[in-house]
Amino acid sequence: MKQFKGRVVTPGKVTAEALVTREGFNTLASMQMALQFGDKEVKCGDQSNKDIYGKSMLNKALCLPQTIGSTTGGLVLYCACAMGKNPACMLFANHIDSLAAAGAVLADVWVDGVTMPVVDSLGDEFLNYVKDGMKITVDEDGTVTVE
Amino acid sequence: MILTEKQQAILNGAEGETMAKVMKTLVMYGDAFEAEKLVPITSKYNHLVTSFGLKVMSPVYDLMQQILDAGVASGQKFSVDPRPLDSKVPANFLQNFVFKNFMYTKQDFYEKQLDKLGLMDKDAFTCTCYMDEVGNKPKKGDILSWAESSAVVYANSVLGARCNRNSGIIDIMGSIVGYVPYFGLLTDEGRKATWVIKLNTTKKPDAQLLGSAIGMKVMEDVPYVIGLDKYLGSELNDEACTYLKDFGAATASNGAVGLYHIENLTPEAKEMGKAIIAEGAKEYIIDDAELQRVKDNYPVIWKKKDAKPKLCFMGCPHMSLQQLKDWTDKVEKGLKENGNKKVLIPTVFTAAPKVLEEFNKTEYAARLKATGVVTSYICPLMYMNNPLCKTMPVITSSNKLRTYTSARYYSDDEILNALTKGGK
Repeated sequence: MKQFKGRVVTPGKVTAEALVTREGFNTLASMQMALQFGDKEVKCGDQSNKDIYGKSMLNKALCLPQTIGSTTGGLVLYCACAMGKNPACMLFANHIDSLAAAGAVLADVWVDGVTMPVVDSLGDEFLNYVKDGMKITVDEDGTVTVE
Repeated sequence: MILTEKQQAILNGAEGETMAKVMKTLVMYGDAFEAEKLVPITSKYNHLVTSFGLKVMSPVYDLMQQILDAGVASGQKFSVDPRPLDSKVPANFLQNFVFKNFMYTKQDFYEKQLDKLGLMDKDAFTCTCYMDEVGNKPKKGDILSWAESSAVVYANSVLGARCNRNSGIIDIMGSIVGYVPYFGLLTDEGRKATWVIKLNTTKKPDAQLLGSAIGMKVMEDVPYVIGLDKYLGSELNDEACTYLKDFGAATASNGAVGLYHIENLTPEAKEMGKAIIAEGAKEYIIDDAELQRVKDNYPVIWKKKDAKPKLCFMGCPHMSLQQLKDWTDKVEKGLKENGNKKVLIPTVFTAAPKVLEEFNKTEYAARLKATGVVTSYICPLMYMNNPLCKTMPVITSSNKLRTYTSARYYSDDEILNALTKGGK
């Protein structure tokens, strides 16, 4: 077990199974097909992401360096949250990027009843340590426990 | 974040609940980046990324309706990304059925919303709004609330405007209140280069391959490219701007670049030279072998990897007028050399409606039509984002389209060969 302390972007408490991408997470490429065609498991559709392509993202603790790609990224994340097809939480090794921040904030302000804790600045060590399937617990203060 | 009295009053609800939520969104967005204040938007027009009436995006249209119902839509007019559908683009019966009955069922509804929200005009649908023919071209130093990654990186890098890589919806929210949070690419510090790219290739690299290599390496950082002016010159003429349009789109989609500097060419690099490079900047050397390595690593996810391409898309981002003319010459010449009259693969060149309007006034339009190439205002990305296209062997010179779909990247020379001779 190891604990990491990050910065809270949107608060919340959750426990979920880790899904780890060490490459930048392309939100549009990863989520659009799954949302559009009713993939209940919300499998990652980004052919360029060898870490998580084809894996379910629904209710997972998505561990990532940052998001990349199209500026539709934030609204795709917002839609995923509004439709209840979002990851359980998003845990960034780096400082959050503008697209992911937009998605997290839009969901927080405009979607009732959805909590998707987002923590950033967890550091490279976090991403080096965490592996797919590990149990992740996120606390309100940005403490992330990996076991 | 320190707000002015007026901004604080809006946040407290002085202009209604919806306006307060818009302001709260911008304040939280800025807080995520420790923005100290909100600054006024100074561009004449905005640019939005969301142009498509996808059924699945209903939460977006619900939110837009809240804005319209509350009567807080901005006075700032805007252009928007390309339309997702055009009957001129080849599609089979099943594709047309899926497009119209399952995917883009909200298109008409959403376009009516856009009109009420402040669309510049009925033809303002393009990702290259900064083209002269379209007319949404910000001035150097303008503060923008734009989205669309390829347009943002162009506005920052080539035009010297200031804009963060805003997401869709955030784009219109900035415009509604008239302010954007001051952080990142709006600040002098945020515009300093944190990577130095040394270009050591033996010939001018394909714009979209070079942009891809740099994007994947630097991610969201700011690169300063040395050696590209050898091929592009030191003036932002039509050829250089077209190259940078495609280069930038690849940096932004294969990575998350929002601003780049090209030594001796782009405005801030010309003004400040190497003084714009931050202390401790990292270095990336690109030679022929490195570009080949990047290209060879692109995955091919076609069901049959050696399938004959069924469709070719050029123009993601949309082509310029000069690009359409140049490709007309190239395709004609290639066909003649290979003894063919029509392109060997159904091919679509995409451009802004107003660029196409100008192109259609030239003698090139009839010549291009005679080669079998179709022109369209469509967004190739939106066309391809469905399971029916997943196994369809589509080729493209766009590294953006490759990133988001199953389309396979071909260099410009490979595209020309495939269209006029056959094979790769």
